[in-house]
Amino acid sequence: MNYVIRKLGFYAIALWAALTLNFIIPRLLPGDPVDILLAKLQQRGGSVTEETRKAYSILLGGDDSQPLIVQYAGYLGNLFKGDLGVSVSYFPAPVTEVIGASMPWTVILVGVSTILAAGIGILLGTFAGWRPGTWLDSLVPATTLLAAVPYFWLALVLVYLLSRGLGLFPAQGGYDVVLDPGFNGPFLLSAIEHAVLPALTIVIAALGGWLLGMRNMMVSTLSEDYVLTARAKGLPERWILRNYAARNAVLPSVAGFAISLGFVVSGSVVTEQVFSYPGIGSRLLAAVTNNDYALMQGVFLYITVAVLAANLLVDLIYGLVDPRTRARG
Amino acid sequence: MSTISPERLEAGATGKPPVLSVRGLSVVYESQNPVTAVKNASFELGRGEILGLAGESGCGKTTLAYAINRLHQPPARISSGQVLFHDSSGQELDLLGLGESQLRDFRWQKLSMVFQGAMNALNPVRSIGAQLDDTLRAHAPGMTRAARRERSAQVLTRVGVDPGRLRSFPHELSGGMRQRVMIAMAMLLEPQVMIMDEPTTALDVVVQRDILREIVRLREELDFAVIFITHDLPLLLEISDRIAVMLRGEIVELDQAATLYRQAAHPYTRKLLASFPSLRGDRGAFVRGGTADDPQEQS
Amino acid sequence: MAPFNDTKTTSGILADTGGDPAPEPAGRATAPKAAWRMLLPSPTPWLVIGLGLILGIALFGLLAPLFVQDPNAISNIGLSSPGAEHLLGTTQTGQDVLAQLAYATRGSLQIGLIVGVLATALSAFFGIYGAYLGGFADESFSLLSNVFLVIPGLPLVIVISGFVPRESRGLWTIAVVLALTSWAASARVLRAQTLSVRNRDYVQASKVSGERAWRVIVVEILPNLLPVLASQFVFAVIAAILGEAGLSFLGLGASSSSTLGTMLYFAQNGFALPLGAWWWFLPPGLMIALFGMGLSLVNFSIDEIINPKLKSVREARKLSRAAARAAGAQPRKAAAR
Repeated sequence: MNYVIRKLGFYAIALWAALTLNFIIPRLLPGDPVDILLAKLQQRGGSVTEETRKAYSILLGGDDSQPLIVQYAGYLGNLFKGDLGVSVSYFPAPVTEVIGASMPWTVILVGVSTILAAGIGILLGTFAGWRPGTWLDSLVPATTLLAAVPYFWLALVLVYLLSRGLGLFPAQGGYDVVLDPGFNGPFLLSAIEHAVLPALTIVIAALGGWLLGMRNMMVSTLSEDYVLTARAKGLPERWILRNYAARNAVLPSVAGFAISLGFVVSGSVVTEQVFSYPGIGSRLLAAVTNNDYALMQGVFLYITVAVLAANLLVDLIYGLVDPRTRARG
Repeated sequence: MSTISPERLEAGATGKPPVLSVRGLSVVYESQNPVTAVKNASFELGRGEILGLAGESGCGKTTLAYAINRLHQPPARISSGQVLFHDSSGQELDLLGLGESQLRDFRWQKLSMVFQGAMNALNPVRSIGAQLDDTLRAHAPGMTRAARRERSAQVLTRVGVDPGRLRSFPHELSGGMRQRVMIAMAMLLEPQVMIMDEPTTALDVVVQRDILREIVRLREELDFAVIFITHDLPLLLEISDRIAVMLRGEIVELDQAATLYRQAAHPYTRKLLASFPSLRGDRGAFVRGGTADDPQEQS
Repeated sequence: MAPFNDTKTTSGILADTGGDPAPEPAGRATAPKAAWRMLLPSPTPWLVIGLGLILGIALFGLLAPLFVQDPNAISNIGLSSPGAEHLLGTTQTGQDVLAQLAYATRGSLQIGLIVGVLATALSAFFGIYGAYLGGFADESFSLLSNVFLVIPGLPLVIVISGFVPRESRGLWTIAVVLALTSWAASARVLRAQTLSVRNRDYVQASKVSGERAWRVIVVEILPNLLPVLASQFVFAVIAAILGEAGLSFLGLGASSSSTLGTMLYFAQNGFALPLGAWWWFLPPGLMIALFGMGLSLVNFSIDEIINPKLKSVREARKLSRAAARAAGAQPRKAAAR
């Protein structure tokens, strides 16, 4: 129980840190974001009133009439109300709406890809560590090559080979634009088709880390006393592999899953750019190009909260999986 | 270099038929500087006998124990020798020649082990009950779940551990309890031989006494043979029938406990005996000054 | 629970038994290695390939710019495939790709090195110094690195870069931003390692005898951390190059510099992919991947120093194979004594 409380506390602090970062960054950096934003807004045909200026100032800073702490309070208040401002690049849609439409795409893509990469990587790593010297072990240096490959470059190569070259998969977009979005057959099929290349990119690039980590842990675990005892007990090899070796060796991977999720999210932002995938990453990039500061902040917030939530979930699962944490507290 | 006559090697010297025969076993470590860890070890273990295996750190006693059960790992390699198991059914098994699945069947059912320092010998992520259970499942596939549970509870009670502990994890038990669990686990299939490698070294003296008493009591009940490995020679003098002394990979002496105590043949054995300080009487040969003196000068 | 102890330890109070001299080796014996040599990685094929890649690419980035054409020279043979005059073809505006590759490699290596050093310095400070101090300082440093670790890096970098106006995005700004967002993971590893070293007896001894803090750290603790520190530095450089490449590809990189990332940015914007100009976008990414691979392979060898079990697994395998071969070639010699 102690463990759960500690974890919740930590993530509360991390969340607060992220929110505060979000608040501070526009205020720390040179330039006056509010002016730029309002100029853009006018271009798009929006109206600029004193209220608009005030609202954006709370979000981005620049209004020196109120002390910082009051601005901070106003910012947090708006957040909890769910008011993240109005997007400039997707005017007149509010930021929350833009994010809401694009979030599911990213969550599904990144979620499925990460789970696939982790699953395959851990499985291969288990076998590579179990029998060092097999062909699997010689696979390990090859995965270092893949891990060093920039996500987006790999994406380009895959598009070149599989889309342009062989015509197997579409190169752009999240779905065929002539179709109606919704829970219907053709749309879902098209969505899956369009998701294959981006997912493949993420899985290939992320696989190596899992494989290597698991392999090294297996090598360590196999020299532990309890594995020796299991062998002395005459248990079948498969059983030992699964319940004594892998079960213990996988623990650091579970603990590290959360951290690598952060990296995968980072990588997916760029991947989405290459594929023009309608996820939250491409929204972020569009926002940067258009000086849509409100959307930038909003997206960063959502990404961070999502990653923190995933981390918390994984940490809680770890608490279930390793009985020693419950005792330590 | 040993002073053992062939007759003393035989378990017949104690009047018991042999259950394990080790003949000329040698184990080599193929490292940068290849080293012979066990040199031409030979002895016989009588049915129901307690054979003590004594020697200082690095003399090869653990290597010998592992090699008998073929638990040694690379870079260790058995370079020569024979290990024969004389089953109570009359069958004779050549342990070094057994195939993989035959070896798995043999292990724990006929010969079980209790390892040094049960801190790490139990799987930290599975409950005690699960670890007892999978042994039964592997060797007695006909048993029902209820029967397995009952048997596990039975062995725990026998060693003085509350059967409610079946659901506990290893880190929730004290050192002494974990060692008892290890002994219980070793008894699960009622083996004919139990090899115990320093089973009480990591425990405090009071717990040590308790565990030793359990071992002796259980052996009287179930009549299994024990190879008891330790550096603590006085301990062996108390509980063993015969004692083998190892030095640098060789068995240099093997005799009845009482005879060894009174008339040790090999100079190393004599030095070993003399080096343990007694609670009263002579100071013994325990070196305080940092140099290896002659024992006479001390007293 | 190693069943094997080095036989040197059998000398003890009972060494003098008038028995055998040192145990006879069962085969060829070699002199034991000096202690400091244990710290160096062993020359496996991996290490050789890794070092080769690193040195090769570093030399390319250093020297090639002196030999190639002007990367900015525009010509009117746009998008030509590799040929005699342009070994790697030309870009959309007729610029020589090979020349661009040379300068871009140099740029990427530069920034990789700068950020690697900065990030490692930061993680060393927060990880090592914090763990050394212990108590509240350690707790707060650790909390800080955990928080930074958990907040996703690239989005943060994008946001920061997004707020900085284009003109102010110099090399050093980008370097600092990248370093600030990537130090956390290394800090955690270094902290764990320092904690295990700090409690060792010789460190306690020097503390108690009154040595100043910095001396204890530099003289007693750091030498033990060197392999881990080296490994983390390598990771930092890989991460820096990849991070900078990603940033430049998105158009958010340092405005004036020319790196492999900016090259890919121009390739993407010049529609290299749809037009099939593989010679434009393939080499830069490949260069990053090969350099990263070289660094990772070197890290493998460093891993073996940090975790000697990996080394013994490899060596045991090698020697077992050799022994099996020898045993197959001639009949087994019984231990005759």
